[in-house]
Amino acid sequence: MAELPDRETCVELLSRMSLIRRFEEEAGRQYQRAKAGGFLHLAIGEEATIVGTTSAMRDDDYLIGTYRTHGHALARGTAAESVMAELFGKSGGTSGGRGGSMHIFDAEKRFMGGYGIVGGNLPLAAGFALASQYREEDTVTVCMFGDGASNTGNFGETMNLAALWSLPVVFLVENNLYGMGTGIERHSAVTDLSRKAEGYGISGERIDGMDVLEVRDRVAAHLEIVRNEGRPTLVEASNYRYRGHSAADPEIYRDKEEVEEWRQKDPIENFSKRLMEDGVLEESDIDAIRETADEIVIKAVEFADNSPEPSLESLYDELYVVGETMGWYAVDERSPEPHRGEYGKDAPALAKELAESGAEYSGDDEDEDQTRPGVRR
Amino acid sequence: MSSDSKTGEIRMRGALRDALAEEMRRDENVFIMGEDVGVFQGAFKVTEGLLDEFGERRVRDTPISENTFVGAGVGAAMAGLRPVVELMTVNFSLLALDQIVNHAAAIPYMFNGHVRVPMVIRMPGGGGHQLGPTHSHSFEALYLQVPGLLVACPTTPADAKALLKAAIRDDNPVIFIEHESLYGMKGEVPEGDHILRFGEAAIRREGDDVTIIGILKMAHVAAGAADTLSSEHGIEAEVIDPRTLRPLDLDTILESVRKTNRAVIVEEGWPHGGVGANLSTLITEQAFDYLDAPVQRVTGADVPMPYSKRLEQAAMPHEENVIEAVLAATKGAR
Repeated sequence: MAELPDRETCVELLSRMSLIRRFEEEAGRQYQRAKAGGFLHLAIGEEATIVGTTSAMRDDDYLIGTYRTHGHALARGTAAESVMAELFGKSGGTSGGRGGSMHIFDAEKRFMGGYGIVGGNLPLAAGFALASQYREEDTVTVCMFGDGASNTGNFGETMNLAALWSLPVVFLVENNLYGMGTGIERHSAVTDLSRKAEGYGISGERIDGMDVLEVRDRVAAHLEIVRNEGRPTLVEASNYRYRGHSAADPEIYRDKEEVEEWRQKDPIENFSKRLMEDGVLEESDIDAIRETADEIVIKAVEFADNSPEPSLESLYDELYVVGETMGWYAVDERSPEPHRGEYGKDAPALAKELAESGAEYSGDDEDEDQTRPGVRR
Repeated sequence: MSSDSKTGEIRMRGALRDALAEEMRRDENVFIMGEDVGVFQGAFKVTEGLLDEFGERRVRDTPISENTFVGAGVGAAMAGLRPVVELMTVNFSLLALDQIVNHAAAIPYMFNGHVRVPMVIRMPGGGGHQLGPTHSHSFEALYLQVPGLLVACPTTPADAKALLKAAIRDDNPVIFIEHESLYGMKGEVPEGDHILRFGEAAIRREGDDVTIIGILKMAHVAAGAADTLSSEHGIEAEVIDPRTLRPLDLDTILESVRKTNRAVIVEEGWPHGGVGANLSTLITEQAFDYLDAPVQRVTGADVPMPYSKRLEQAAMPHEENVIEAVLAATKGAR
């Protein structure tokens, strides 16, 4: 059993895990109330893997995840308000409501995004690591992905590239035993995923993803290897999601006993129990931590509720950077005349103006016609 | 460094190479990666000599893993570098389509401008070398369709150099499509640091009777057809080379069509949903009252590119096809 760190760290680990748990429960509730749309993938049960990992990382290390990353952002320190507002599709969200649940992003915290394409984030991770190596920085990229992603071509390609170029990446597969509704023994020829990159020269280690201290210790060791030896490694963290793949999952592929069995290994319950047994925290401390998480999440919902909807005028914002090399662009070439480009002849004055305004559609139509041809609603 | 420069004229591949070298000298963050760009000096010799000058850190041979090295380029760009990624042909770019469309194009928008993807993805395409159905296609229309991407289609050495320099300095992801048949083409390239801004078409020839818009190699085919139309049919065509498809200098095209009242669009790609289909719609929507005839399109044949020289040539547009289309568009006008 891993040794307990100092009290402050223990409180921090428990607080982050509790926040994620509470946040995810609330996200599920808000989804039922149709406050959040689209797909919603909750990480309840996977908190130890997330928090154990981020707690071992440096602030300037890069983290990239999947479409199940509300918790990863929270663990990195992104405000719960912005994450909840993103789920609500509001302007106060991490991506101003452009990305949604699957695409949380926080450059400031070097949380380089959640991504909706399974396995699609692995090449990006190689790119962050390449940038670190190129600039001779000792930052490491932690790339988290699911067991399902280990079957994509990107997995093999990225392992090869990372090993070939000695890229500083810890690949961390969150093995929750299911690629959506397909069990691992039905989707992967090799079920010991820690060995799946051996053919590419990347050694791996299987760890208990339900034990926050083990995750923290082992990921810290891997970060050190990668940082000091300049080669990628692979970690397989076994964990489990209590909820379905998404909120729209009837869970016909697994039985209740299995879920119950994993609940006995609950990362928050077990860590709390140990902290009390070892006399680090009292029950009242744990209650206080839970209450704090509760307050943060309630505030987050309040914030998300009150955050304004993105304005319709912002539809084209941030699509392009309008700079010297591209003095203008047509926001929509099927717009009624006058064509944007005709003003564009006055660039670069216009370029400057457009750039300052985020290149947003200026609304030439007097009546702010939202049904003009060429704009799909 | 270009061995062509002593002739006074530079080939397209030399112009592209000069653009890469100059930008790499200017900005330490610019680097190149792709299949065989280093030791092999580039499948089409565009990167010749760059490994010697810049070393392996900045001229990186990649494994044959298109989706991953394009994705790594996206990641490196997000982290502040300015990658120029070379794909050996446009057909191979399909293997990287996920990273190009789902990530390079979408990331700046889906993360609300909190991060940018300043990268260039170069790829040669087009037919004419009997490379058959997996190495000869024209996917301008495919990339043109994707919001978030810029699309460049240079047709002369001077434009190629100035556009590539602009693409590298631009903060958006750029699809930079080159034509295999134009790599050896010679042309004057002005000395010095010249940039061609995206969204500025070139009027290659002035005329009052019909507007011909040609892209990539078809810009040259259109110009050749225009000469014949003048000498043999007394038709003076205005020939426009858009040079970039996104942004598109639609104004120059519309202005010309309003003058000539007739338009013919020439491309090597497929007809359905092609560059011409799109442009024809834009012209019809915005200059309908000026048109004296339906917009004519000259495109590649609606088949995967065949290998046989005879069939391949039949699948590609030629000057006579352009002349035919112009005569159809101008029928009854004279």
